[in-house]
Amino acid sequence: MKTQALAQIPETKHAGGPVVRLSDVVKVYKEGDVEVSAIKGITFDIPRQRFSMIVGPSGSGKTTPLNLIGCIDKPTQGTIFVGGQDVGALNDNAISDFRAQRVGFIFQNFSLIPVLSAWENIEHPLMLLGVPAAERRERSTRMLEAVGLSDQRKRRPNQLSGGQKQRVAIARALVKGPDFVLADEPTANLDSQTGASIIDLMRRMQEEYSTTFVFSTHDSHLMSHADETFTIRDGQLVNHVSGGSRC
Amino acid sequence: MLTLKIAFRNIFRNTRRSITTLSTIAIGATAVLVFGAYITYIQYGVQTSAVQRTGHLQVFRNGYFNYGTAAPADWGIDSYQDVLRLIREDPELKRLTAVVTPIQSLAGIAGNFENNTSKPFFGTGFVPSDRDRMKQWDEYGTGSQGLTNSGLRDNDLTKGITGTGVVRILGLCDRLHLNDCPPTPKLAARQPDPSTSALATPAPDLAELATRDNSADDTHSEEPIIDLLAATAGGAPNVVTLRVSRVEIQTLKELDDNYVGMNIGLAQNLIYGRGEHQVSGIVVQLKRTEDLEKARKRLMGLFKEYGLDLEARDFTELNPQYNQIIGMFRSIFAFISAIIAMVVLFTVTNAMGMSVIERTGEIGTSRAMGVRRHGIRKQFLAEGSLLGVMGATVGVLLAYLVAYAINHSTLTWSPPGQVARAPLRLYLIGAEWLIATTWIGLLVVSALSALVPANRAARMVVVDALRHV
Repeated sequence: MKTQALAQIPETKHAGGPVVRLSDVVKVYKEGDVEVSAIKGITFDIPRQRFSMIVGPSGSGKTTPLNLIGCIDKPTQGTIFVGGQDVGALNDNAISDFRAQRVGFIFQNFSLIPVLSAWENIEHPLMLLGVPAAERRERSTRMLEAVGLSDQRKRRPNQLSGGQKQRVAIARALVKGPDFVLADEPTANLDSQTGASIIDLMRRMQEEYSTTFVFSTHDSHLMSHADETFTIRDGQLVNHVSGGSRC
Repeated sequence: MLTLKIAFRNIFRNTRRSITTLSTIAIGATAVLVFGAYITYIQYGVQTSAVQRTGHLQVFRNGYFNYGTAAPADWGIDSYQDVLRLIREDPELKRLTAVVTPIQSLAGIAGNFENNTSKPFFGTGFVPSDRDRMKQWDEYGTGSQGLTNSGLRDNDLTKGITGTGVVRILGLCDRLHLNDCPPTPKLAARQPDPSTSALATPAPDLAELATRDNSADDTHSEEPIIDLLAATAGGAPNVVTLRVSRVEIQTLKELDDNYVGMNIGLAQNLIYGRGEHQVSGIVVQLKRTEDLEKARKRLMGLFKEYGLDLEARDFTELNPQYNQIIGMFRSIFAFISAIIAMVVLFTVTNAMGMSVIERTGEIGTSRAMGVRRHGIRKQFLAEGSLLGVMGATVGVLLAYLVAYAINHSTLTWSPPGQVARAPLRLYLIGAEWLIATTWIGLLVVSALSALVPANRAARMVVVDALRHV
């Protein structure tokens, strides 16, 4: 894909304060004539360079805040600041550019581009940002090595195992040096052993790249690695545990 | 570059569907090109036939073309030898022309008084050697033959050619041993009407003249004799004798029943008698058709410069059926092209629509990664366009194969307005405009076909697309 002329997004990566601030956010979905409130006025901050978990039972509404933080959905009410930027004020192109520059995604079902090789999937976000070819090659190769898939670089996703696909997805999310990485149930489609290795990898990468990770999960093993835990139930924030201290 | 890479790989992701789509485009391209090449050949063939018969341009006295054909003798070109010399010796026209020759149109009554039959005729007087040279014109190599060799000689004013209908009506089939020319059936005898019986037989003086002429010739010759009666420029009746040395079937029955061709000297003797010999027209055959306007401009310049009241008409005006034939084939071509474009449009739209549905999750992922709506639209447009490029390219190659096979076969056909059969050919070599138009046309149709699915993909809500299974 040709490089987009990216919108000017203010640089905030090294600024202080929380990476994300949700303020009285409400999200209502319409299903036909019926309105369903997924989020009912939640307010919380996600600190930088931490392993933050949004947890809750299935259907509790934990994926919705992740979508809102990732700017792939808009709140019905309330404001969301990401890196100090009110994302509600951005138009569709600016939001797309914002995601391209600032947000990394890791999906439950890996969501790699099937016609691209492992290496090309990792290179893809850099092409969107217009990174020069030589730098793209260098960064993609380094990231592929970091996730331990140097020997799989030419393989397409259908030639990779679930764990390998998720490693590629992690590398793809991190290669552009985002402000934060959003991971929606990243271990849900993996067996426990592979899931554990993926969690270890993410923790290692988070420390190595000083990146913020935000998860939505109900995997108890993953939850045990949390620096921050936000518990959502029935669309409301019912608990926040930070570094062992309860708020 | 990545857009094209993804587009190319996605085309071969669903091989069966892509092959079906590509085949549709390729066959469509082949059909359009083969038919277009056939029409190009027909156009050149009909043009060749027309130019062999009438030349590229004919020079007439101003007004003859519209009003003079009923009385060619009154519209003759004065001092035509000077005009001929002027055209033949002009340096610019000399370079452009292949043949410059006079003709004399005429009309009158042809009679076979041995058989007591006569009929109106119209015809042309020409220079036999020039006519035979005109027949050689084949700029496009079509092999078309608008004319056959007249078999006449420039210095022999006694012989001529006729349509088969003329000799059939005049009862000369037996003498000429012609195929498909049945002898005149015997009609039941009618009771003579005293009031009209005098008109049924030739006037005594004409009959006597014919008898005298016939007695002077060898009546046992294989070449039968007919007498041609016409009014001279001065209005007096005149008769000449013509030996029918060849019979040439004409493309229209009316023409076949009336046509008489002869040496121009004989035609002038009939029309002008002992008066000043003129011609009704001067035929200008060019080496190349593309020089037609240049030659016309030069001719008109010469006429103006020398104060000649002459006009020049081109072969499309002289052969009205030329534009009709070309117009008809072009209409059919446009109709077939439109149908093929519609088939391609629906096929590509369907293929791209299926692709969008199958790749909804992928679209969501791309959007989440920061690809703009425009980027998604562009991706699917690129895929549609690439299908068009690949299909059209294969189609062009297939068309060349078909053209090669047909051009190297021994198939023949009868082109419109022509009696002789000609080899069947497809003119694809040199038809760059046709190939480029077809190729670009299919590319545009394919891209347009992808527009609706591409817009649908671009408008997808990211979270809905990501949720799609």
